[in-house]
Amino acid sequence: MESLYNQLLKDVRFEEGLNACMNCGVCTAICPAAEFYNYDPRKIVDEVQEKNDDTIEALLKSDTIWYCGECMSCKTRCPRGNTPGLIIMALRTLSQKLGYFTESEKGRQQLAIKRSVGENIFKYGYCVAAYAVDPEKHPEQGPIWNFIIDHSREIYERFGGRIDEEGEGPLRKIPADAKEELHRIFDVTGGTEFMKNIEKHSQRKAKELGIQIDSGLDDEYFIRVYTENNGTHTHNKTE
Amino acid sequence: MIMNEPDSKRIWSEYQKEIADDHYFYVRSCIRQSFFPGSEQFFLKMMREILRKDVYENPSHTTCTGIGYHTDIVPFETIMTVIARHFALMKEAGYKNIAISCVTSFGIYTEIIETWKHFPDTLEKTREYLFKATGREFDVPENMAHTSDIVYKFRNEIASMAKYRLVNRHTGKPLRVVEHIGCHYSKMFPKYGVGGAEFPKVLSGMIEAWGGEVVDYPERRHCCGFGFRQYIVQANRGYSLSNSIKKFESMKPYRPDFIITNCPGCNMFMDRWQYTIREMEGRTYGENGLSIPVLTYEEVAGLVLGINPWELGLQYHMVQPEPLIDKMGIEYSHSDKFITKDGRPLPEPGKLINV
Repeated sequence: MESLYNQLLKDVRFEEGLNACMNCGVCTAICPAAEFYNYDPRKIVDEVQEKNDDTIEALLKSDTIWYCGECMSCKTRCPRGNTPGLIIMALRTLSQKLGYFTESEKGRQQLAIKRSVGENIFKYGYCVAAYAVDPEKHPEQGPIWNFIIDHSREIYERFGGRIDEEGEGPLRKIPADAKEELHRIFDVTGGTEFMKNIEKHSQRKAKELGIQIDSGLDDEYFIRVYTENNGTHTHNKTE
Repeated sequence: MIMNEPDSKRIWSEYQKEIADDHYFYVRSCIRQSFFPGSEQFFLKMMREILRKDVYENPSHTTCTGIGYHTDIVPFETIMTVIARHFALMKEAGYKNIAISCVTSFGIYTEIIETWKHFPDTLEKTREYLFKATGREFDVPENMAHTSDIVYKFRNEIASMAKYRLVNRHTGKPLRVVEHIGCHYSKMFPKYGVGGAEFPKVLSGMIEAWGGEVVDYPERRHCCGFGFRQYIVQANRGYSLSNSIKKFESMKPYRPDFIITNCPGCNMFMDRWQYTIREMEGRTYGENGLSIPVLTYEEVAGLVLGINPWELGLQYHMVQPEPLIDKMGIEYSHSDKFITKDGRPLPEPGKLINV
């Protein structure tokens, strides 16, 4: 089997993101994830550049690679032109291709993202659309969001909105032929297969754990991965 | 050592950006249109009716899939081809300048164009994929601007038409404004942002042109905390909230009158997390127990130009704008705040902040 390192090298983001790390730690100093999570991008880059497959496999199965917020603040600051954020993206892609993401709590969350953001893309032609942001799943949106959802047609109309109508304007309905093109792009480029793979490995893991799984946003496995937090991810920081 | 003039000019030239003057192909933002639909509509109205520019919108333009890409469920090859389709729609309509309404999208466009330059085979592969999937062909845009770049370009024209300035009418002093650029605007590829990653001028240029004072504070360049999967998955939202709090705590001593944002996501988080932390711990970050209004640059331009705040959609933030618009001396009425397009009253939403 091809080494994991060589598989990573096939991802242009990995090639672009990793030159040679001198372990200065500036990326960790600037990193919003390192601020709160048990996360150290310097250490990850150092581990990956060792090219040791056991170490890389452990990373692919860990919570660690899922802590990054992909803000890419590290790219600006690295004096050697590395981008730990891009290395993380390559690791996450490989972890999902190989099905390793189901071995960590944070990795398993990919199913929740695939079923929400991912399926919004096909259903609506948008990653995020007002009508797909459920106030019950988003209490932080506050009472204004309940109000907007309750009166969405009238509210968006005032600003040229066109919910369920084709034409220009916010939240316009994406025409069926445009959504069809989007679908074909996903088919041709491997996007459809990638998402099916997330579903396949999640189904396998759910069965292994004995948790009920279906295909929507309310089965036991979905709710588990969407809400579970074992409390071991952050520093025990006091102010 | 003091730089001689040519060196200084050369170095500063690296922080400049060419922004097209007219004829834009406009691409909307999933987040901006959902949370701040008035901002996008006002941008189009300002461009077309006030600045008399040609802005074209193709209703077949879809999501860029950027949120999916940065939550790692959309492969790079896929998003490159989705973006290529947008370029194809632009080419078919005869446009060469793209105007992008979202910082996440903007970052993706910059990343993809740079990837095509560094790895030319990815560009060829994308052409093949797009043709196979849709039969379309594309050109890379000649000019790429975030919509805030365009507002920045015309900031002085807007200032010359201003009905209100960013000045406190009670004290006569400039309003203190926190600007938040959004990480993906220029941290990845500084050359695409006005002022680069080190000295972003895109918002501070607007603030200064419209009479305000830019607040410099320690965590000015820290991320808002979106973190993509760190917000989208409920179990991770502590990351998002904690990073916003880090910023709020850092800016509070400087008593900002409002926050202006470049990125629609940052705006939504900095607005909603103020509500959340107030609910959870009773903490607020504005003066006198109030919260800090968080406005998009389109909303600020609209207020400066004398547009009715309720036609800009300012009432659809959690943190209500009244303390700010009172300071600016803007005239407004409560009666048309929550109404339909044809003037019918909507019920009053409860528990909003700053009212």
